Amino acid sequence: MFEKILIANRGEIALRIQRACRELGIKTVAVHSEADADAKYVKLADESVCIGPPPSAQSYLNIPAIISAAEVTDAEAIHPGYGFLAENADFAERVETSGFTFIGPKAETIRLMGDKVNAKAAMKKAGLQCVPGSDGPLPEAPEAIIKIAEEIKYPVIIKAAGGGGGRGMRVVHTEAALLTAVQTTRGEARAAFGDPTIYMEKFLENPRHIEVQVLTDKFKHAIYLGDRDCSMQRRHQKIIEEAPAPNLSLRERVRIGERCVEACRRIGYEGVGTFEFLYENGEFYFIEMNTRLQVEHPVTEAVTGIDIVQLQIRVAAGEKLPIKQRDVVIRGHAIECRINAEDPLKFMPSPGRITSWHMPGGPGIRVDSHAYNGYFVPSYYDSLIGKLIAYGDTREQSIKRMNIALSESVIEGIQTNLPLHMELMQDAAFLRGGTGIHYLEQKIAKFAKVE
Amino acid sequence: MDLRKLKKLIDLVQESGIAELEITEGEEKVRINRSGTATVTPVIPSATATPLSMSVASPPAASGEPASAPPDGHILKAPMVGTFYRAASPGTKSFVEVGQTVSEGDTVCIIEAMKLLNEIEADRAGIIKAILVENGQPVEYGHALMVIG
Repeated sequence: MFEKILIANRGEIALRIQRACRELGIKTVAVHSEADADAKYVKLADESVCIGPPPSAQSYLNIPAIISAAEVTDAEAIHPGYGFLAENADFAERVETSGFTFIGPKAETIRLMGDKVNAKAAMKKAGLQCVPGSDGPLPEAPEAIIKIAEEIKYPVIIKAAGGGGGRGMRVVHTEAALLTAVQTTRGEARAAFGDPTIYMEKFLENPRHIEVQVLTDKFKHAIYLGDRDCSMQRRHQKIIEEAPAPNLSLRERVRIGERCVEACRRIGYEGVGTFEFLYENGEFYFIEMNTRLQVEHPVTEAVTGIDIVQLQIRVAAGEKLPIKQRDVVIRGHAIECRINAEDPLKFMPSPGRITSWHMPGGPGIRVDSHAYNGYFVPSYYDSLIGKLIAYGDTREQSIKRMNIALSESVIEGIQTNLPLHMELMQDAAFLRGGTGIHYLEQKIAKFAKVE
Repeated sequence: MDLRKLKKLIDLVQESGIAELEITEGEEKVRINRSGTATVTPVIPSATATPLSMSVASPPAASGEPASAPPDGHILKAPMVGTFYRAASPGTKSFVEVGQTVSEGDTVCIIEAMKLLNEIEADRAGIIKAILVENGQPVEYGHALMVIG
């Protein structure tokens, strides 16, 4: 087991990793920018190293500074958390060549899954269905384009290869509109991204975002820890996550879980990971794999009773997985609300000093946050200041408990999305369960009209 | 008592209004006072383990007793994480000594990181008033290295 781990991250996840280390008797080194010198986990760490000024590029993304910090503190392993360098294959490689253990999969696995086109190809070979598409750039010839759309079946979406995040896309419902749409999108792509390459995919009208948590050791033992539903999103950012995904049959869960585990074995995956799917009409379509720990891991921990971060550290240290698939039992339901320092209606970030901080408690309530009374939320990083998790024997109970917990929570001095969460916990469609990935944005748009 | 901790204590005395600071930790005792002398003496180990205890003397009254001030001047801070070295290699002459005059851009020390030796330059001209870190000591970003007056 490692004696000392350097935590190459900040905020709530740095605290989470630190807690797992402390429980395992591992010393922690907290690296931080100047803006995070007063962070709770920095004060609690065995050692801390300031690695740069506030901007991420010069601190949390500064590979030489992080590796130097590991050298001067004699750390044995580096935990990258999520975001920042967690899915940077070069970082993983340099960590290893510098003599430290990177807590995550091999660099080549990160590289493979980071390229979305290659990842889909690899997953298809491993037996996972992907969103049907042109599987490469669209050809120029109109007949070829029409044929591809026929095979995929309408509606289709034309996407710019150089786009992303919702940009450079156009939906086509009928063949009549297809060629014009292709032409226009190509022109837009050339103008906006300097790259006219476009591809086509099946457009899913109202899919849900459902993902599967996996865990593998270095001896090819792989298990899945159930599914999560993260459909409540705004601009591709998850706001609420829950486990298990509502309204799926046991057979569906087992089948997709086993397929993911099989894919892990095929690609030689090591560590924790998540397979993300769009789910519509009973079909799972693979979109991407996250080769790291995720923000929403607590809901899976709640329904399985398994400490995912500890297991992640243990398998990285070379231990065999201490549990088998049959030991994984999903019990109850858990919901997580991401608390962001932002205007609840306009979503503008709201950094500043928290003048009053009171977090809820009671049965089934878990709070993962690095913030505290008087804490100054810096403006340089993302707005996530904490996660509120509610567990219950049923989905209804977890929602009831979340409602109570939200009503007890006080955060003053900055704005937060607590009011948005309170609204969503009473939303009829959410209460029924199974809302799709467009639901929240449609709901927000309705608010805006009413205003 | 390791040098890093000692240096932090010295900083603490310099930065605050404390005139004298005495710390006992296990078998060691340190007393630092503003007249500039710091002494580290081993104490006879007591039967029970002594937790960290601090006794602090209040600053001298304004009756005009001059207390010697810490070196005044511009603090050269570490621009990176690594290990601080006074010279280009073991055995060779240190780049600078206390009292030496430097111009802006002169190499004053090395910070080694990931097997690379990075020359750290004086960011202003002046005289080296104090060198605040020990040869071979790990430093972090922003660590106070030297005082240039």
